[in-house]
Amino acid sequence: MSRVPLDPRTAPTFQAAAKTLLGDAQLRKNVRHATDVIQSKRRKLVEEKRDWQQLRESGRQIRAHVLENLDVYLEEFERNFTKAGGVVHWARDAAEAQEIVVGLVKEVGTREVIKIKSMTTEEIQLNNALEAAGVHAYETDLAELIIQLGEDQPSHIVVPALHKNRAQVREIFRRTMNLPDLGEKPADLAEAARKFLREKFLRVTTAVSGANFLIAETGGICIVESEGNGRMCLTLPETLISVVGIEKVLPRWQDLEPLIQMLPRSATGERMNPYNSMWSGVHPGDGPKTMHVVLLDNGRTDVLADREGRQTLQCIRCGACQNACPVYRQTGGHAYGSVYAGPIGAILTPQLMHMEHSQTLPYASSLCGACYEVCPVKINIPEVLIHLRNKIVQQNGWYAPESLAMKAVGQVFRSERRFRAAQRLGRIAESPLVKSDKRTFAIVGQKQEENTGWIGWLPGLLGGWTSTRDLQEMPKETFRDWWEKRGKQ
Amino acid sequence: MKVALFITCYNDTLFPATGKAVVEVLERLGHEVEFPAGQTCCGQMHWNTGYQAEALPLLPRFLLQFEHAEAVIVPSSSCVAMMREHYPIMAERIASEGGDATLPQRTADLLPRVWEFSEFLTKKLGLTDVGAYYPHRVTYHASCHGLRSLGLGEGPQTLLKSVRGLELVEISNLEQCCGFGGTFAVKNADVSSAMLSEKTQAVLNTGAEECTACDNSCLMHIQGALHRQRTGVKTKHLAEILAHTEADEAVEDAPVAEVTI
Repeated sequence: MSRVPLDPRTAPTFQAAAKTLLGDAQLRKNVRHATDVIQSKRRKLVEEKRDWQQLRESGRQIRAHVLENLDVYLEEFERNFTKAGGVVHWARDAAEAQEIVVGLVKEVGTREVIKIKSMTTEEIQLNNALEAAGVHAYETDLAELIIQLGEDQPSHIVVPALHKNRAQVREIFRRTMNLPDLGEKPADLAEAARKFLREKFLRVTTAVSGANFLIAETGGICIVESEGNGRMCLTLPETLISVVGIEKVLPRWQDLEPLIQMLPRSATGERMNPYNSMWSGVHPGDGPKTMHVVLLDNGRTDVLADREGRQTLQCIRCGACQNACPVYRQTGGHAYGSVYAGPIGAILTPQLMHMEHSQTLPYASSLCGACYEVCPVKINIPEVLIHLRNKIVQQNGWYAPESLAMKAVGQVFRSERRFRAAQRLGRIAESPLVKSDKRTFAIVGQKQEENTGWIGWLPGLLGGWTSTRDLQEMPKETFRDWWEKRGKQ
Repeated sequence: MKVALFITCYNDTLFPATGKAVVEVLERLGHEVEFPAGQTCCGQMHWNTGYQAEALPLLPRFLLQFEHAEAVIVPSSSCVAMMREHYPIMAERIASEGGDATLPQRTADLLPRVWEFSEFLTKKLGLTDVGAYYPHRVTYHASCHGLRSLGLGEGPQTLLKSVRGLELVEISNLEQCCGFGGTFAVKNADVSSAMLSEKTQAVLNTGAEECTACDNSCLMHIQGALHRQRTGVKTKHLAEILAHTEADEAVEDAPVAEVTI
């Protein structure tokens, strides 16, 4: 049952993937509906917080401070987590992290693990690595279960199955759980999942999780969730292995205060998550006897090294930017070719790939700014997108066709004379393409004509415009020509 | 007040009527308008597409053209957003790379005097009624840059509500992008078109005859689809509506005017 994971190294361009997905009316309807619902819930709960902007600013400051002192806090976390009875492992990349986790699971000697929803383990394609080592991983989050049973891929970091509707979920459960008479009410579906999962919770003794935050001063780990499956995975098993990106550390317990107020509001439109699990270390007779944390780099220190791209790592994975994004709204998450979809994915994925893959992602945005507006830690996503576009332009070299054209236009804008010449030239060049749109109407008994020309076809890259849109012809007289004439009168 | 008009490159070339309307409104309000001839482009297209080296020289050019002005009026919120958000960064960049070290200070001095057209009327002059008459059903499209970067808020709608004869109908999902996004419209034409179809649907649902905005870039995009679909619905920059008075109406539509008014 191993599925093909989303992999930026082999994913098609955003444009190509989007073109296919735009043809899926059901998916688009599901995505629109789900993001609309979450957004309106979020808006209501954000509006009731009068100090929302101050919370955002303190969230930003905490996260930015962490990134400036990441080495210090990671070592502090390691010391305190170890003191509390846990074991810390460091993984430079996905392969190392897979190796560590597979090794730990083999040490336990189990052939099954239960998992809490974790995009970090999706990022390193852990399930496939476990499968290859003869270990089956059961996803226990409802959405991740739907994705796993449907051999699908997550399309959202918080609600990974948001592209599926109830009828589709029912079909997947009916088929894979062998329940021919499964009802279609949400309660029926939840009950089916509960029965399926309970048995796993009680049988499987090793759990794999991600984490929302690490707390340096206590060596603590924090996971917030809605379904209680996380609490089961964190308390019932003998062994717990948490795979966590190195950026997720916070200095103090107290730093959770603004972040834990903003995370559920931003993510699911709730004041508080139904389940907030925070623990540090091993306690006899209470919870897992063995705890491991795998601290994952996998490209993050490179992101950290880039002064302008660094703020990307402030992210607390709330997914609000995905729900607010008008591009994501149309395509859903799979178009981004990575578990990190939407605006945050458009800046995070190419950076994690050392700018060697996913170069179309920074262009998958109209720079409308909705993502920045909702981001609880004030990541200026449009600014980072522009920064990454600049990097890509430099990679492409000055001789790329687009680059040559942009340079030529750049020269035009640096001289009034050249600008005027270009305006004249543009009018001449477009004239064979202009179709006149003559309309005749009568005013005071006299026939008058309004003649507006329209262009319905343009060549090359500009053809993207006319594929669905007309373009009005250039007026005979520019503003500056009119202004000059006016001055002479 | 003596104000300088920065028409912007695309308005100059494609939408001169907007420029004329801005001049008309400002002069009607008793201001003197000048047009520095050496102006070209703010650099937004280059900067936002990743061609920062090409955008940089346009900053000192803009300063030279407009530094002297008491107020700079720009009928395009995205160009104003470009200047407010990126000119300080560009100035620092040029200075730090051994260029003109005076640029950061000069940029900081000029930017508070740069106004988007509707913003100049509502925030600087404190006006809501500029004496316009426009007997049509109109809907307002809030451009993303006007909404989020400039924080225009209800300003443009307040101006429209004071236009005599104008019926303002609110569009659904006002805050949603129309899908233009500069080069995004051609680089991601399919997604851009999908976004646009939601927007034109929302425009059509209002039953308005015209859709207005503070940005001709969005309007060019919306109009492109409205015309392709032969909806008959037009787009018009806010300035052109505010420039319109009873006098224009009398010329355009004399017999009707006599019967109804």
